[in-house]
Amino acid sequence: MSQRSIMPGFRPSLGFTVIYLSLVVLIPLSTLVFKSFELNWHDYVGIITNKRVLSSFRVSFSTALVAALIASFFGFITAWVLVRYSFIGKRFFHALIDFPFALPTAVAGIVLATIFQPSGFLGKLLIDTFGVQVAFKPLGIVMALIFISIPFVVRTVEPVLLEFESNMEEAASSLGATRLQVFSKIIFPNVFPALLTGFALAFARGVGEYGSVIFIAGNIPYISEIVPLLIVTKLEQYDEVGATAIALTMLVISFVLLLLINVLQLWVRKRSGQL
Amino acid sequence: MNAIPQPINPAKLVARQQVALQDADWVRWSLIAIAVSFISLFICLPLGLVIFQAFSKGVVAYWSALSQADTLAAINLTLLTALVTVPLNTVFGVTAAWAITRFDFKGKSLLTTLIDLPFSVSPVISGLIFVLLFGAEGWFGEWLMAHDVKIIFAVPGIILATLFITFPFVARQLIPLMQEMGTQEEEAALSLGAGGWKTFWAVTVPNIKWALLYGVLLCNARAMGEFGAVSVVSGHIRGLTNTLPLHVEVNYNDYNIVGAFASASILAALAVVTLILKSALEWKQGNR
Repeated sequence: MSQRSIMPGFRPSLGFTVIYLSLVVLIPLSTLVFKSFELNWHDYVGIITNKRVLSSFRVSFSTALVAALIASFFGFITAWVLVRYSFIGKRFFHALIDFPFALPTAVAGIVLATIFQPSGFLGKLLIDTFGVQVAFKPLGIVMALIFISIPFVVRTVEPVLLEFESNMEEAASSLGATRLQVFSKIIFPNVFPALLTGFALAFARGVGEYGSVIFIAGNIPYISEIVPLLIVTKLEQYDEVGATAIALTMLVISFVLLLLINVLQLWVRKRSGQL
Repeated sequence: MNAIPQPINPAKLVARQQVALQDADWVRWSLIAIAVSFISLFICLPLGLVIFQAFSKGVVAYWSALSQADTLAAINLTLLTALVTVPLNTVFGVTAAWAITRFDFKGKSLLTTLIDLPFSVSPVISGLIFVLLFGAEGWFGEWLMAHDVKIIFAVPGIILATLFITFPFVARQLIPLMQEMGTQEEEAALSLGAGGWKTFWAVTVPNIKWALLYGVLLCNARAMGEFGAVSVVSGHIRGLTNTLPLHVEVNYNDYNIVGAFASASILAALAVVTLILKSALEWKQGNR
């Protein structure tokens, strides 16, 4: 065992880590569980099956799903282009990918709202040409979540594409595969698990996202009100129990979905022979 | 198709192979066009708009918005928050990485998972849990009230929520790196008689310094920019508990667009500086 190795500081470093983790993360998070004990099952079901609460769950999860799918599609293309091709300004674009990570969400929120509001630069264009209004609709939430999702997808797919062995492609093509076959049978199955990870990260972040969404969403109950906003609203009405019930439900659903995606990923990897 | 294999002209074979290894020009250019338009629409346009909006009423309006007492108070509070949380989480990150990568113990993978936990919790919920602990109705609410200590709707709450949100950043950068490094260099130093601290400063730190800086940079960007969690615990008291991101929201909701974008542009500048430093650090790490 390494505890008996000559490395110093096992007890103090582990001790500090566990105490600090407990104080900053575990004890505060446990309040969610303990607070929910104040509710009996009947009250809990009453809070969660409230029409406005159910609508907000539908809005949050559906917009996060659609945004993560769109971001995965375009993010994959972006990662592919950045890894495989060379073009002018590539390094600049490469650095810009992390901008949504670095930009505070409130700033992203007011910027996107300004662009997509009916009098805004793109908002006006979209209404005039296609008759589509983005702001104050679920579509606006999707737009904000796509912005947030981009780096998650690109940054998980990129390293896998970069390390992909080109000799597999060479072998396939020397055996007579067409370019399309090489892509669909060799490259894509190898990158797919990473793409799934990126999708899952983007989806999880999208469900909980608050700052970048609330400005563009318009927060109309039953239409464009997201779960995090409803939690804030409950808190502002001093309904801590209601806020806790919704928060705990959202956390549990998110964890279950992430678990399912992990299982799916394992299955994909097994099937493509990566495990 | 099912005939006996014919000898193939080698030149043809090479040409065929090239076709299967490279994308046709039209494919390449359309993919580049799609990617560039996607990034331009979703990233370049927002970036340009912050700068444009901040200066839309002229540089004078921009300066007057920024030199307001409330804005300055918000900047100070944001700096204070980062100044407290970033060093604490950096010390934690290094310690946790040391414990996890230098020793074997039961529950190590559980500990690693728990460290990442704040990443998968919605910012709003991260704020909520501190209200449940220290709010008027919270576990310590009565005690705090009796002793006249304010945590929620006050600066300590903002710092605690930020501490939670930025908790994993440094640890997460260091753990994979220190795992990969192994312990040989440190063991060599120790067996040659160097003390524990000396080994850490002379052997470990030089090896992890770029990843450490990278983690600190990301931690700092998030600490200064956090909105959701801080918004729940702050109470939005102007000049007292508004951080810069909250100040952006307050101004925006008051239809003070220039003020909102003036504050937003400081945060956007912070994001751009973070990106530049990040690229530089990635370049350094790549050349290590």
